[in-house]
Amino acid sequence: MSDTLSPTTTDEVLDTVRAAIADEAPLQVLGRGTKAALGRPVAAPRTIQLSGLSGIAYYEPRELVLTAAAGTPLAEIEAALQAEGQHLPFEPCNLDRLLGGEPDAGTLGGAISANLSGPRRFYAGGARDHFLGFEAVSGRGEIFKSGGRVIKNVTGFDLSKLIAGSFGTLGIMTEVSLKVLPAPETTRTLLLPGDDLAAACQYLSAALKSPHAVNGAAHLPAAAAGRSTVGYVAGMRSGVTALRVEGHRPSVEARLAGLRTLFQDIDQTEELHSHNSAKLWREIGKGTLLTQNPESQVWRLSLPPTNAASAIGALSEQMDIEFSADWGGGLLWIAIPAQADAAQAAMFKATEQYGGHATLIRADETVRAAVPVFQPLSPPLMDITGRLKGNFDPHRILNPGKMYKDV
Amino acid sequence: MIVVLPETTQQVADVLRYCSDNGIKVVARGSGTSLSGGALPLADAVMLGLGRFNRITEIDYENRCVVAQAGVANLAISHAVAAEGFYYAPDPSSQIACSIGGNVAENSGGVHCLKYGLTTNNVLGVEFVTVTGEIIRLGGKFQDANGYDLLGLITGSEGLLGVVTEVTVRILRKPETARALLIGFPTTTAAADCVGAVIGAGIIPGGMEMMDRPAIHAAEEFVHAGYPLDVEALLIVELDGPQAEVDYLVTRVSEIAEELGAVSIRLSESEQERESFWAGRKNAFPAIGRISPDYYCMDGTIPRGKLPEVLARMAEMSEKYDLRVANVFHAGDGNLHPLILYDANLPGQLEAAENFGAEILKLCVEVGGVLTGEHGVGVEKRDLMGEMFTEVDLNQQQRVKCSFDPDSLLNPGKVFPTLHRCAELGRVHVHDGKTRFPELPRF
Ligand SMILES: Cc1cc2nc3c(=O)[nH]c(=O)nc-3n(C[C@H](O)[C@H](O)[C@H](O)COP(=O)(O)OP(=O)(O)OC[C@H]3O[C@@H](n4cnc5c(N)ncnc54)[C@H](O)[C@@H]3O)c2cc1C
Repeated sequence: MSDTLSPTTTDEVLDTVRAAIADEAPLQVLGRGTKAALGRPVAAPRTIQLSGLSGIAYYEPRELVLTAAAGTPLAEIEAALQAEGQHLPFEPCNLDRLLGGEPDAGTLGGAISANLSGPRRFYAGGARDHFLGFEAVSGRGEIFKSGGRVIKNVTGFDLSKLIAGSFGTLGIMTEVSLKVLPAPETTRTLLLPGDDLAAACQYLSAALKSPHAVNGAAHLPAAAAGRSTVGYVAGMRSGVTALRVEGHRPSVEARLAGLRTLFQDIDQTEELHSHNSAKLWREIGKGTLLTQNPESQVWRLSLPPTNAASAIGALSEQMDIEFSADWGGGLLWIAIPAQADAAQAAMFKATEQYGGHATLIRADETVRAAVPVFQPLSPPLMDITGRLKGNFDPHRILNPGKMYKDV
Repeated sequence: MIVVLPETTQQVADVLRYCSDNGIKVVARGSGTSLSGGALPLADAVMLGLGRFNRITEIDYENRCVVAQAGVANLAISHAVAAEGFYYAPDPSSQIACSIGGNVAENSGGVHCLKYGLTTNNVLGVEFVTVTGEIIRLGGKFQDANGYDLLGLITGSEGLLGVVTEVTVRILRKPETARALLIGFPTTTAAADCVGAVIGAGIIPGGMEMMDRPAIHAAEEFVHAGYPLDVEALLIVELDGPQAEVDYLVTRVSEIAEELGAVSIRLSESEQERESFWAGRKNAFPAIGRISPDYYCMDGTIPRGKLPEVLARMAEMSEKYDLRVANVFHAGDGNLHPLILYDANLPGQLEAAENFGAEILKLCVEVGGVLTGEHGVGVEKRDLMGEMFTEVDLNQQQRVKCSFDPDSLLNPGKVFPTLHRCAELGRVHVHDGKTRFPELPRF
């Protein structure tokens, strides 16, 4: 069991890091630990937990900017935004249902560090695209900042991009600034029945090529659709392709009518309105519908949308898989029966062949220690990665080994 | 100085490898439209021009992206996909000329980036060459980085981390309709309020630009866009989407504007008229060029609510320096472009204009903004970096530079006020850690 330190100010974070350097005692870096089981296991004698750094420091709805301490619960941020009719467009990826742990406890810093975004990713951008700036403590034991509190800024290198998705291996964020946007007035989802993935991918592509600004585009095979708590979805009793349109009411109605015309040859479509539409996309974003088996291992593949069907085809020839597709086919969630190597070779081969990259989202600690969780990098990229790590965290104090064995 | 014009990525790699083996500096250059001196050549460096990287290599409608060589002009991408109803969203006013590689290097914006994002939000992948001649691909026709987001880091790095040879961008389907409103206000404060109120009402227009009186007059004289001349501030608000949405939003924005005291409101009735509304704004720089022998374009961003204060203080500075200033403003995202009018032939005016500009940028930082919204730091704002960043902040940025280019051969002299040697930056300072931590701190 490692010692847990819970600083409440940036200076205390600094002290903790400096102590860790002095004592040569690496730190496991956590928000509230909802994604602790994501990534390679970190062997560290101390844990630094950021939940004590909490609170919204600045929120100007008309400036579209919010600044908060890194340990602020996302739920608190989402509530503050909702009160002003705004939201986080990237739909932070909530993995509670897949990874276990306290539900809805995720922090802002954790969401940025993991850079995992929900169904709107392909349309509105990811966490990284809404991350304006930060203050952090580096593994050198120094407080540094980058970016700013305005939505347009190119002053200096964009270190926000580097920190987003670095899983706490480069610095411990203490404060985060975000771009926020008005929440859509209305949301509707068109459901198209069909079990054939290749055909579904064609629907997705047709919808995304249309001028109807579809901002959610997923396909659920029959089994996954059957697990939805939205009656209309489960009631289709087949695979379901879901297309979401959002915005001002007259616009949503016009675009939905456009989509209906586009797919007029398909029988037995359904339409979800506000509450049901929101619920379905939450289920899709959380990966809740993917599998019923709590033991199965889960992968997430990001790839060119048109290759989704081929990748699924190739993988199902080699093993039993459950899957669902999001981002118009650009994101595949894949569940497989638990195995010692998590079928890593097949997953990485699929992304090598079809493009993109794979991440192991759920597996036992022993498996995550043994197989690459993130797709291995080419030697020149690994070199740059290692040099960046060395320049931000020369003592390897911060989450050592979380992403790659030697980083 | 030697200029080289390679045609293939391998040639770029060979040139870079040779230069790095021989300690020769390299400055990459796209179309040379940088407004911060980003591509300024150096007497003792190779100038690597990307003009021959001028082919669009792939158009993929199914995955909604285009692959283009770095030297392809921004607008050429939109032109190539226009027939199918698509376009590339970031539209810097220099888009006829500026290269997509230069856009990546500068993370360029445009008048539509409030709604559609900057370059960094629209680039899916790049091929770039490191200083040692290694060819690296980042991203592609898919989302999110594998590992650290080096694509995001390269974007906006002003040619300091590598030479971009190819770019994959996402393309968007053109909105069904777009209409622009020209709204005149008796005060800049009222115009700024209107911008805030539109956003506060949950509306993100496709574009929302502001011009002040001097800019309106200069633009009107130049392009005859039909701008009202009896107002202090003019907003151009473009609404795009399906017809039903545009109609609805036009009404709502007009109502908000009227409530806040707009004295004139005009709606574009045709595509041609919409374009003419924009022509004045997009030609604001040359328009100013006609009324003044020289002008100096600034590029700070401020929290929008500070606009009245910033404009008032700018007016005071204008008196102090005895130089006129005209303002065009990406109002939606708070990005100011004050244009300082001067005459380089009059002794002292150039220096005065530069000092005036620096004072404006310091003011932007003082009110919570930043030194540059889209034009980059380059040579121009290099020495102002200390206004925004501490020594520690800047050193950490330079360590990123060291991770890619340890001998600082790529575009040296840009962005950073003082260049440390990487060996010096890499040194780990021993803090007074041990004395401060006799025991493990617990909170
Ligand atoms: C009239 C006018 C209007 C403008 N309007 C806007 C505007 O609305 N929005 C905006 O954002 N900018 C604007 N700009 C600024 C400028 O056009 C942009 O910064 C543009 O992206 C520069 O592209 P370029 O190809 O000309 O780059 P260059 O000027 O050639 O180079 C700019 C920088 O990028 C580096 N670079 C260029 N190509 C590469 C490459 N392939 N790999 C690595 N580094 C490279 C150079 O070393 C240099 O540091 C405007 C400029 C003018 C003259």
